[in-house]
This record gives sequence, C-alpha cells and structure tokens, in this order.
Amino acid sequence: MSSTVLITIFSLSLLALVSAVILYFIAQKFKIYEDPRIDEVQALLPAANCGGCGFAGCRNMAEALVKADNFEGLTCPVGGASVMAEAARILGKVAPVIDPTVAVLLCNGSPEFRPRTSQYDGASDCRISHSLYLGETDCSYGCMGRGDCERACAFDALHMDPATGLPVISDDKCVSCGACVKVCPRHLIELRKKAKKDRKIYVACSNCDKGGPARKACNVACIGCSKCYKVCEFDAITIKDNLAYIDAKKCTFCRKCPTECPTNAIIELNFPPRKPKLEVQAETVNG
Amino acid sequence: MLKTFPKGGVHPPENKITADIPIEYLPLPESVTIPLSQHIGTPSIPAVNKGDSVKTGQVIATGKGFVSANIHSSVSGKVNRIDVVLDSTGYKQMAVFINVEGDEWISTIDRSKVINRDIKLSSEEIIKRCFESGIVGLGGATFPSHVKLTVPSGKKCEILIINGVECEPYLTSDHRLMLEKGEEILTGVSILMKALKVEKALIGIENNKPDAIAHMTKLASTFKGMTVYPLKVKYPQGAEKQLIKALTGREVPSGHLPLDVGAVVHNVGTAFAVYEAVQKNKPLFERVVTITGKSLSKPGNYMVRTGTPLSRLIEAAGGLPDDTGKIINGGPMMGKAVANIDVPVVKGMSGVVLVPREESVRNEIKPCIRCAKCISVCPVNLEPYLLMTLSEKGLFERAEKERITDCMECGCCSFTCPASRPLLDYIRLGKSSVIKMVRERNLK
Repeated sequence: MSSTVLITIFSLSLLALVSAVILYFIAQKFKIYEDPRIDEVQALLPAANCGGCGFAGCRNMAEALVKADNFEGLTCPVGGASVMAEAARILGKVAPVIDPTVAVLLCNGSPEFRPRTSQYDGASDCRISHSLYLGETDCSYGCMGRGDCERACAFDALHMDPATGLPVISDDKCVSCGACVKVCPRHLIELRKKAKKDRKIYVACSNCDKGGPARKACNVACIGCSKCYKVCEFDAITIKDNLAYIDAKKCTFCRKCPTECPTNAIIELNFPPRKPKLEVQAETVNG
Repeated sequence: MLKTFPKGGVHPPENKITADIPIEYLPLPESVTIPLSQHIGTPSIPAVNKGDSVKTGQVIATGKGFVSANIHSSVSGKVNRIDVVLDSTGYKQMAVFINVEGDEWISTIDRSKVINRDIKLSSEEIIKRCFESGIVGLGGATFPSHVKLTVPSGKKCEILIINGVECEPYLTSDHRLMLEKGEEILTGVSILMKALKVEKALIGIENNKPDAIAHMTKLASTFKGMTVYPLKVKYPQGAEKQLIKALTGREVPSGHLPLDVGAVVHNVGTAFAVYEAVQKNKPLFERVVTITGKSLSKPGNYMVRTGTPLSRLIEAAGGLPDDTGKIINGGPMMGKAVANIDVPVVKGMSGVVLVPREESVRNEIKPCIRCAKCISVCPVNLEPYLLMTLSEKGLFERAEKERITDCMECGCCSFTCPASRPLLDYIRLGKSSVIKMVRERNLK
C-alpha cells in the first residue's frame, strides 16, 4: 500500500521536475521584453477604454506614450492635463498644454421652436432616420432625437430630454472622449474649449440653408445675417454657408453677440443675470 | 407547373385596385420642377440657363460620364430658375424649374400614332440613341439603359429577359402598359435584341395578370424569337436575379452581374421608352404612374410628364383622403414614404400609394424569438436577424463576411417578422456602412 503512494509521489515529482526544466527553457527562448513603464503609465490612465485618444484602449495608449518621442498628438481627454503631466514625469518628457474641452450640442430645435411636420415610426436610430429622410421637421441639419449619442456615451453624461427631444449634456460628467461626436450622423456635437464656471457662448444651430427656409423650419435657426459677425470685436465669429460659428479660443465672453442675434440662435450659459446696459459695458472693459 | 424562383419570397395581399383602369393623360401643370439626378450615377449638368425658352423634348441637362443620363424638358416654356428642390426624402438636390407655356414639341419627334416595326438603326446607333434620349430603367432602379446594353468585351449576352412581373402590391403601371401598348413594347424588345445582338427574348409575366399574358402571347407570336412565360405569383419575382433564376434556371453568383450568366434584364416600361426613342425619336420625359390607395376616390394610371408636382397627381385622383397616414413613392414593399406632396414626379416613380393611417403605423417592436422566418423567406439566402444585430452593434467586418451586400432590400424579412422587428432598416444601415468601408479600404 505504502509503496503505491511512494511510487505515485516519486513519479509525479519527476514529471513536475522535467516539465519545469522544459518550461524554463521555453520561457527563456520565447521571452518578450516589455517596458515596465507601460504598466506604470497604464495604471495612471483612467481605464475607461473609451477610445477618446484614438487608440483601441488604455493599454494601447500607454504603449504609444512610452514609444513616442514627444507627446504631440497624444492626449487622454478623460484624464486631462493632470494625467498627462504625471505620464510625462514618469517618461521624462514634456506634456503639452491641453485645453480641457466639453461637448456641446449645436442645435436647439425643440418642438416649441421647430414644429414637427411628419411622424417617423421606423427603427429608433438616428443613423437610419438620417439615411431615410430629412427627419420629423423641415430642418435637414438638426437633431433627430433618436438618442444615438445617449447610447454611445460611456460616462452617463448625456441624456435625452423627453420634453425637448434633444440630448442634454452634463458638464461635470462629460470627459470629452468624442464618442457622441463620432456617432452623430449630422455632426451636431462639438468639443468646445471649457471656460471658467462652465460658461459658454455658442451658435446652437447647424442649418446651412439660406435665411428664409432656415427660419421657416425653425424659429431659433441661424439665418446667417452677419449681425454677430459685425458686433464681435475679437474676430471670433466667422460666417460660412449661411451659418455663424464662434471660435471658442478667440471668444472673450463679452456677451455682445447673444443680444444682437435676431433669432436667439446664440446661446449663453452659466452667466450671472445681465445687469443694466451701462454696467455690462463697464464690466467688459474691466475684465 | 408555372415557373418561379426556388428559395424564399412572400405573398403580400395584391390590392391591384387600378388593374382595370385605362391609362389617362394627366393635364399639364402650370410649372414643372425637373431634378438633375433622376438616375443612378453622376447627376447631369444643366444645359440651359435662367430665362431660356425650351420646347418639349429639348435636352435641359446632359449626362456626365458613362453612368449618367440626359434629361429632357417635359414641357415647353421658360426656364424660371435652376435651384435646389426637396426630393422625396426631403433632402436637397438641384433641379430646373420651368414655367409652362403651351405644349410645343421639338420638331424631330414623330407624333404620329402609326406603329413602325421596321428597325433602321444599327446596334451602336440604338445604344447611342438610348443615351441621347435619357432612357433609364423604369422598373424603379433607374439605372441608365445604355450601360446595360453595352456588353463589355469578353462577355457575351445570350438571352434578353423582359420584366413584366410587377410583383409589388398595388402597382399596375406595367400591367396597363402591356395591355394598351403591347405592340410598341414588343417592337421595343426587338430593338433591345438587336442592340444586344441576341436571338432570344423571354418575357416574364406573373399569373395574376391573365389578360396581359394572353395579349402579349398573341402579339409575341408575330415577332421573332420571343416567348411569354406566365410565372407563379411570388414577391420579389421582379428582382433581376430572381427573374433570371425563374426563367432560365441560371443563378447569378454573389457579387456578379446578370451578364456573367449571359442574361440582360429590362423592364417592359423601359422597352416601351426604347421603342419611342428609337422609332419615334421621342426622349424619355413622361411615364405611367399608378396612383392608388384604399381611400382614394379616383385611383388610376396616369401618363405623367416628369417634373409634375405629386400634388397634381393626387388632385387628379380625387384629392388627398383625410385618413392618409403615409404617401409611399413606389410600391408598399420597397417604396419609401415621401416627406411632402410637392415633390416632382421623376423617371423612377412607378407608383404612388396612399396608405390609410391605421394601416401605415408600424407595430410595436418586440424581441426576436428566433423563429427563423426571416431566413426562410430571404430570396438571397441571408440571415436577416443576424445581419440586423451585426449592424446594430456596428460589427461591419463580420456583416461583410455574412454577405450583407447581397441584400437587395426586398423587405420580405421585415414583412414576415412576427415580432415586427425593423430588420431591413438595420440591414440597409449595415449595407451602406459596409459599402463605405470597402470603398475606403480599396482606396488605401
């Protein structure tokens, strides 16, 4: 009885030993050297695997960062400047200055402003609706409200508002990964430079039609009248294809254009209520 | 035993309300809007300017490149402007707006009613005439006909197949055309045979049109090399590849053209247009449109000039019924709802169906129960439930391997799905994404 046990222990130990020797040599032969810094950098990254950096996931981004000679073109929008600075410290490189951005919707066509002219009962998917026809309103540029962006958002930052039929973006949660920008078939979401106190001034319209048809389709459409362009002292506004665009990098938040816009297409957000006119001007000069 | 294609297909209710109503000429409207892209391929280039006087049949836009077609004025009058117009999807495209003044045709058109069976033009001249006259496939796909008539070197066309199937429910424009213009159609068929240098033409007509079958069979006996085949009623028999399979037993392999099995398919409407172009020198500027619907007071088949607003056609048919839920451009299976009723009638508009509200609403979408009905009805052997999921999840590489591009968008899967799943909507999305993906890959 005891000899059976001994034989078993002996033979298994021998087998283990032989296997260990073989495995040792195989491990030596097929050894792959991996830069330990990749693991370190990966640990820093947010592990969201959102693809906002342009890579398939955080691991690939970490590899790219370690390999890169400089950080040009490599940014983690989720981690932002602090993560990039930390990665630069580990790798002994210089982190570029990144302006944090946030997603904004360039459409304000709620049913109140943009009347519904047809009813869509097909598959609830913006891409399908977009490929079939111009949508439930007469605006062929605006939001179709089928929520592709909401489904694309991995950070719970974007929700459809049932009242307006438009997505509402939460500035606190948005990490500007760009998933919604990519999925929107009408390219209505822009990543704009974040300002202090989440202040924003932007043209909430993407309609490139001439003034007449644009206004007919939607009360708050940009009609390309150039009034904002004329009032802007900082060259921040350009008009292209009957549509005004405010460059967030040049805009100084002087708040002149929103009042000038005849269709209220320019939206200002998170500002204190306007003071009487004279004081507003004084404040602008000071600040 | 009647012929048909072997795999898949459905039997939607036929509802051919207008089958016994003769073709009527629609009165000219005050103005027409003629879009510059009424065919598959490159949009045409306008050849007239604002303020020009044009005559009926005059070229107003020339085809650009090989896969394109000329566009002719359907009325006489003054060019008001060349501007954007909303097409049936609501998106913009360029169009020529013409104010109608009288109806003066260009002098080269032979307006006599005499049927001329004697074909004087050579094969090359016929193809050239088809291009000049702006002939496109009138079954609905609007593929320029001269391209289909030009057989590339190395390939040989053996059989011409004429599509008189009209498998879409409701539509009767081809049916009426066969009954009223049978001899012209068959002369057109012999012209097409001459252009393709073939000896044999097979004419397929579904068995739900016994009068058309009898009429065409009688007429075909007076022409050389033509046979009329009654076909078992099954949708989508009018699809090119299904019709070839039904009539000849040849199967067009995935990713190939009908010419690879020696066949070319043309619609009866196209054959009629070719007859008019070759024998009467009349370009394509009018076509038969079926306007139908259960609530319409005067449904019918109308000969309509291109560019006529759809609203005029609806007026002629007794006005828009109050209970209209959807207006469909084309048949109910493959057609698409139009975004507004002022869209112009174009070369590819074979019918307009006004669907009552209660019939137009889609059922609630329920989960897939894996019954595989969509697989059994798919005429091209695809797995629609799988393709839908792949498209929904964005797995386009896998969708390409599952041959999503073979889908001809017949809609049998969506029609048959007991869970009312929008299968075709997603497959269309996947198909267009895969085509885009492949094109980008080929560019690299």
